[in-house]
Amino acid sequence: MHWEVVWNNMDYFLIGAYPEGPLGGLAMGILLAIGGIFGAFWLGLFFGLMRISSKPWLKYPAMVYIEIVRGTPLLMVIFWFYFLAPILLGHTLPEATSALISFIVFTSAYIAEIVRAGILALPKGQMEAARGTGLNHFQAMRYIILPQALRNMIPSFVNQFVSLTKDTSLAYIIGVNELTRAATQVNNRTLIAPTEIFLTIAVLYFIVCYVLTSFSRRLEKHLARYQARGR
Amino acid sequence: MKVCLTLSPKTQLKGVERSMAYLEIRNVNKWFGNFHVLKNINETVEKGEVLVICGPSGSGKSTLIRCVNRLEEIDKGEILFEGKSIHDPSVDINNLRAEIGIVFQQFNLYPHLTVLKNITLAPIKVRKMPKDQAESIALELLERVGIKDQAHKYPAELSGGQQQRVAIARALAMKPKVMLFDEPTSALDPEMINEVLNVMKDLARDGMTMLCVTHEMGFAREVADRVIFMDQGEILERGTPEHFFTNPTHERTKAFLKEIL
Repeated sequence: MHWEVVWNNMDYFLIGAYPEGPLGGLAMGILLAIGGIFGAFWLGLFFGLMRISSKPWLKYPAMVYIEIVRGTPLLMVIFWFYFLAPILLGHTLPEATSALISFIVFTSAYIAEIVRAGILALPKGQMEAARGTGLNHFQAMRYIILPQALRNMIPSFVNQFVSLTKDTSLAYIIGVNELTRAATQVNNRTLIAPTEIFLTIAVLYFIVCYVLTSFSRRLEKHLARYQARGR
Repeated sequence: MKVCLTLSPKTQLKGVERSMAYLEIRNVNKWFGNFHVLKNINETVEKGEVLVICGPSGSGKSTLIRCVNRLEEIDKGEILFEGKSIHDPSVDINNLRAEIGIVFQQFNLYPHLTVLKNITLAPIKVRKMPKDQAESIALELLERVGIKDQAHKYPAELSGGQQQRVAIARALAMKPKVMLFDEPTSALDPEMINEVLNVMKDLARDGMTMLCVTHEMGFAREVADRVIFMDQGEILERGTPEHFFTNPTHERTKAFLKEIL
């Protein structure tokens, strides 16, 4: 076994060539996941609210968007943006930016569905009570519906975040220097320790996701307590 | 103008004084799909009047009062409030709802907000009232319904009766001209019903115009000016509580009264 290969390249796996060179490795993957989930939250909230609208001109475009994105593999979305960006924008996007946009677009469709389900799961009486006192639809959403619905959605958001963290490995395909690509590079250079290298990155992914899921479990317990009191 | 045959003396007098009904429901029809839930409903309510609507479940009574603040839309007919159609495009629906308060069977308090915030939210956001003023009004109302000491608790920490009294205070905070009650005591444990009814009786004595869907016949007897009985989307019987309880004319009214009394 050649664990020294792994050991000597650990910096590169974790943060890439940073600070001398560009950031990469696991840190890059985590940054992409965080950026992706934040972007996807707002875009998903937007499409989710459109999706539950009673106005056809809001509802149907959102439905089409959600269905198309959910019916496409993430790898395809990544390729799409990578190859379409030069045509649409007239210049190429940096690989990481292109991947980030793909993650945001892809995850937002799932977030939109989470938002929709979360809002529909609230008792109808909440909206009626809010509208019944004269709040308009927007105010009722802002002050009554979303604060409750978003709180209930937190575990689903964390799930999506875990899923996206693992999926950042797909950015490898367009040359983003994240953990999987760093591992491949080191493996191609050294050639003697593929098992050790890929076992190591699997463990790294696992650690990050395990931390997130245990955080999610604790959060769920905490929220369940809140709800038990809230019923 | 349509005049009911069985107006109470009090309303007749008001009818003479005012040429126009305060709230008028004209030929209202509504369907849920193929189900004809309201059939040609005509009714007028004068200012300060307390109207009790009763009837078996599925008779359309809740739907009727929910049409008055447009939580439900009607398919045919017209509802006039202070002489003006509430369906007129010029009517601001949020304004209308601010003037017609509603209290629900399931309270529908906001579980994530304290009692005080439940009450002050609409005055602050809709009436643009300063926070201090909204809070002092809310505390006054809580005192009136007897639970001022619960102002900073969350709804889940209150009993059902207390929650419903908060819901009444929440509606009153908008200073509505009419209050709608949709079976306000039906979800309550028996020992809590009276505390809510007492609040409603106080309101009625203070001259609030009220439309109450309720099966509380004691309440109807004591404070209602008129009682109407609905079944299968129609008003079958209307009259003073006296007439309604002692001398109902319709067979189905008699059967209903026998069931619940």
